[in-house]
Amino acid sequence: MIKSTPVVGTPLDRVEGVAKVTGQARYAGEYPEAGLLHGSVVSSTIARGRVLDIDSTQALRVPGVIAVLDHGHRPHISSYDDDYSDADSAEGSPFRPLFNDRVLYSGQPVALVVAQTLELARYAGSLLKIEYAEEAHQTDLFACQQSHPAPAETPAPRGDFAGQFAGAPVQVDATYLTANEHHNPMEPHASTVHYKADGTLEIHDKTQGTQNCQDYLHKVFGLPKADIRVRAAFVGGAFGSGLRPQYQLPLAVMAALHLKRSVRVTLTRQQMFTFGYRPRTEQRLRLGADANGRLLAIAHDALGQTSRFEDFTEHLVEWSGMLYQCDNVALSYRLASLDVYTPLDMRAPGAGSGMIALECAMDELACAAKIDPLELRRRNFAANNGNEGKPYSSKELLACYQQGAERFGWHERTPQPRSMRNGNQLIGWGMAGGVWEAMQMKASAKARIDAKGHLTVSSATTDIGTGTYTVMTQIAADAAGTRVEDVTFVLGDSSLPTAPLQGGSFTVSSVGSAVRQACQVLRAKVLEHARKMHPQVANTPREQFVFADGYLHADSHRMAMADIVASAPDGEFEVQIEAEPGARRQPFSTATHSAVFVEVHVDEDLGTIKVVRVVSAVAAGRVVNPKTARSQILGGVVWGVGMALHEAALTDHRLGRIVNHNLAEYHIPVNADIEDIDVIFVEEHDEIVNELGSKGVGEIGVVGVAAAVANAVYHATGKRVREFPITLDKVL
Amino acid sequence: MTPFSYHKPNSVSEAVNLADACSHFIAGGTNLVDLMKENVVRPKRLIDISGLGLNGIHPTPGGGVLIGARVSNADLAWHPMIEQQYPLLSDAILAGASPQLRNMASTGGNLLQRTRCYYFYDTGTACNKREPGSGCPARTGMNRIHAILGASDACVATHPSDMCVALAALEAVVHVQGPSGERQIPFADFHRLPQDTPERDNQLAFDELVTGIELPPPMFEHHYRYLKIRDRASYAFALVSVAAALSFDGEVIRQGRLALGGVAHKPWRDLAVERMLVGQVPSEALFTRAAQTLLQGAQPLRHNGFKVTLAQRAIVRALDDAACGAADGGARP
Repeated sequence: MIKSTPVVGTPLDRVEGVAKVTGQARYAGEYPEAGLLHGSVVSSTIARGRVLDIDSTQALRVPGVIAVLDHGHRPHISSYDDDYSDADSAEGSPFRPLFNDRVLYSGQPVALVVAQTLELARYAGSLLKIEYAEEAHQTDLFACQQSHPAPAETPAPRGDFAGQFAGAPVQVDATYLTANEHHNPMEPHASTVHYKADGTLEIHDKTQGTQNCQDYLHKVFGLPKADIRVRAAFVGGAFGSGLRPQYQLPLAVMAALHLKRSVRVTLTRQQMFTFGYRPRTEQRLRLGADANGRLLAIAHDALGQTSRFEDFTEHLVEWSGMLYQCDNVALSYRLASLDVYTPLDMRAPGAGSGMIALECAMDELACAAKIDPLELRRRNFAANNGNEGKPYSSKELLACYQQGAERFGWHERTPQPRSMRNGNQLIGWGMAGGVWEAMQMKASAKARIDAKGHLTVSSATTDIGTGTYTVMTQIAADAAGTRVEDVTFVLGDSSLPTAPLQGGSFTVSSVGSAVRQACQVLRAKVLEHARKMHPQVANTPREQFVFADGYLHADSHRMAMADIVASAPDGEFEVQIEAEPGARRQPFSTATHSAVFVEVHVDEDLGTIKVVRVVSAVAAGRVVNPKTARSQILGGVVWGVGMALHEAALTDHRLGRIVNHNLAEYHIPVNADIEDIDVIFVEEHDEIVNELGSKGVGEIGVVGVAAAVANAVYHATGKRVREFPITLDKVL
Repeated sequence: MTPFSYHKPNSVSEAVNLADACSHFIAGGTNLVDLMKENVVRPKRLIDISGLGLNGIHPTPGGGVLIGARVSNADLAWHPMIEQQYPLLSDAILAGASPQLRNMASTGGNLLQRTRCYYFYDTGTACNKREPGSGCPARTGMNRIHAILGASDACVATHPSDMCVALAALEAVVHVQGPSGERQIPFADFHRLPQDTPERDNQLAFDELVTGIELPPPMFEHHYRYLKIRDRASYAFALVSVAAALSFDGEVIRQGRLALGGVAHKPWRDLAVERMLVGQVPSEALFTRAAQTLLQGAQPLRHNGFKVTLAQRAIVRALDDAACGAADGGARP
């Protein structure tokens, strides 16, 4: 009996890996064109006010400088809020670059200088004389007296929090502060706009959604969609920063339309701090439990920052109502409007910060109740999502706890803080749980097989470095019954079948389902044609055909798919389908889970903190590619360590300006900060979440890590630091 | 980046004669090019000194060593003579930057690094060091990384180098050449405190070129420690760093050297404190007293008060490690 060997589940190397490491893969700012012009963005130095005058006389005198665009000198753009909204908009009035003289935040683009070279453009930008009328600003969340309810669908209170908390034998009431963090992918945001002879635009953009950008430009500039093609074949990291069209895109298009020439705009590293970011939060957690640690009451009250023009919300407090079993829950979420840019989803948005508060508070509860933190979590395991009143489609969190703890050696931990040490190094062991939604969106894919048996599958999704090219190739090969070598996956082009933004860990679930269905339908077409063309198999029942490695097997017959396709009238078959989330998901909640165990060493005198090992046990359904999936978790853990110990955009609130806007002073972990990371994928079978049984792993690796580090720091030092990041001065 | 002209002279005298108030010498360029890109430094002409030699490491007749100004930080740190006779210097260099940067950065250039003060780097803000007279937002702004010793109303910036902290402790001498000839500057006098002219980091005239660094005969190859404390394990500037070096007569300290980085506009030494160590037997009490004395005059700002405690503890730890001869290369990245 012939059997196909699935490639889904095997650690296939990245299909685009060679192109990337040999420099063949071009990123948005790397497409050359003779005569290409370069735009340099000039940013505001005040946080709030008006631009009174921009004197560009001197700049325009520099040979090679072509134009200076500002709110008074630019092509027509729409004035309507709706036209600036996009697939990831926050509620409110989106930022309109170079629209008028208003300055809404420090670092706002106020002019674009276009020149023959980037160096000239930047130089000429420094010659602009900009006069402002400055107004009083407020950028400090914790100094801001006013806030308003976040326009989010925060779950309604259930039970009686106040009564149950008041009577609870064990209580925790603690407030945690998290910092503003900027995505800072290695590749800065860039757009190369090719202005074609017929006046249409072909654009290479750094984005997580080519169609989102196409639609945005269509509305903002009033151009027909057919005249705009947005591509993003390779994206050098994005982490959410490419979910919304960023301002370099409309600025580059403005210049191209104004000059009728091709233009590139690349942001500087400093300018990478002038748009969306993970917002600062203040979160109060109140937990009430009985003497055995069983949760009687949970309240999670959060305050986040947003801009004055949009209300950014994320799933910040929901997790506190769904991770553990508790009947009395009250969640609230408020926003303060500041003279800053609107925040933006950043890897594990909401959960990244919200789970810091919940999982640190759980650790504090464990200490208060004198129960092992892992045992406390086991006792409060929830099989149902209390927010939705639905059972989880699968939730192997207990297995995560168990396998993670075993690998880590958790049972050897002594509970008392400062009880483990090596010389002047205090040793701390901490843990936390993690959770992220397993979503699925509508998505389309097209599959085509040619007479050589080569399968080309396409969808407008992107690959932000996560491995989309590779996993889609695997899913397609299995579904079509071909070899991976015979599959090309095409993405990152607005002209391809519709796909959602790449984000939220839902790309495998959404686009993967579409790819699978398209390839299955394609295979069925090949099969029907084979039965028609080959009388010897015409009566073989369909279920007895096996596709494997590009061949169709039936009875003792073996036919190359290439030959079958070659004999078709068109010499090819093509299928396009749209996949929707299955109805069987409806009665269930779907989520990924994790358990994270961390060891830190803290220098008793000097306060330096070192994360020496991390074990992350993840339940995310079926893992399509263990290699790329592991990389996602490794990267996520590093992010979590950064959230715990390093990352913070520092704002000088008198100036209303971020001051450490470069990668020397905005710290993320470097190699020397990361030692041993052990990733475990726990077996989890889920027939409900989607037909692949796969939940996505882009975010879950981050969640819980920062709390686990903080809990380990407490265990090492006896000091409970509730303001993140935990820099050494806080434990001195 | 402001347009500039580029010159590549063949001799030191040609180089210094090309120099004027609007020129900059360029060696590795690891700091200067960044500053030019950010428009912080705007030279009209660059004088490339890569054709001048100045890249040897040679013993001096007096038993010391002369290091050419163009020797890379990496070559210097890994040179057998430096590793064996001046391991404090090797350790300090390797505590700084990254391997790629150390491969490019030069010895002379390391002395001339500019501060990492946030405001100095941001042309969207005022800075007396960058634009004299414009003001110092750091003094009342975000000053967690700033100076606790020797600062002025005009400037609270710190010197960012690790190498220089070791050179200060080792009492190096800077060899300099200008149009009118050569001179030698003791390391302690090379860098300045900011006072009212923070735009000047050091004593060099615009047309003077650092040609080499001379180290006196080795004395501290057995008892030394470079301890750097920073916000992450690598590729971060020091919050506080300590170069400690001791020599002994039996159990008694014959000579003690102590220099601090990350706390002032220049590598910070206190000769009175060093004298306190002489003739004493190492003890925690002695080192604590020394640390407290050194930091007596500290004037922390709003966000950097922790540096006083941290520096005290770091001094004690570094002196203790040096006394134990604990520096076994384990601290090397």
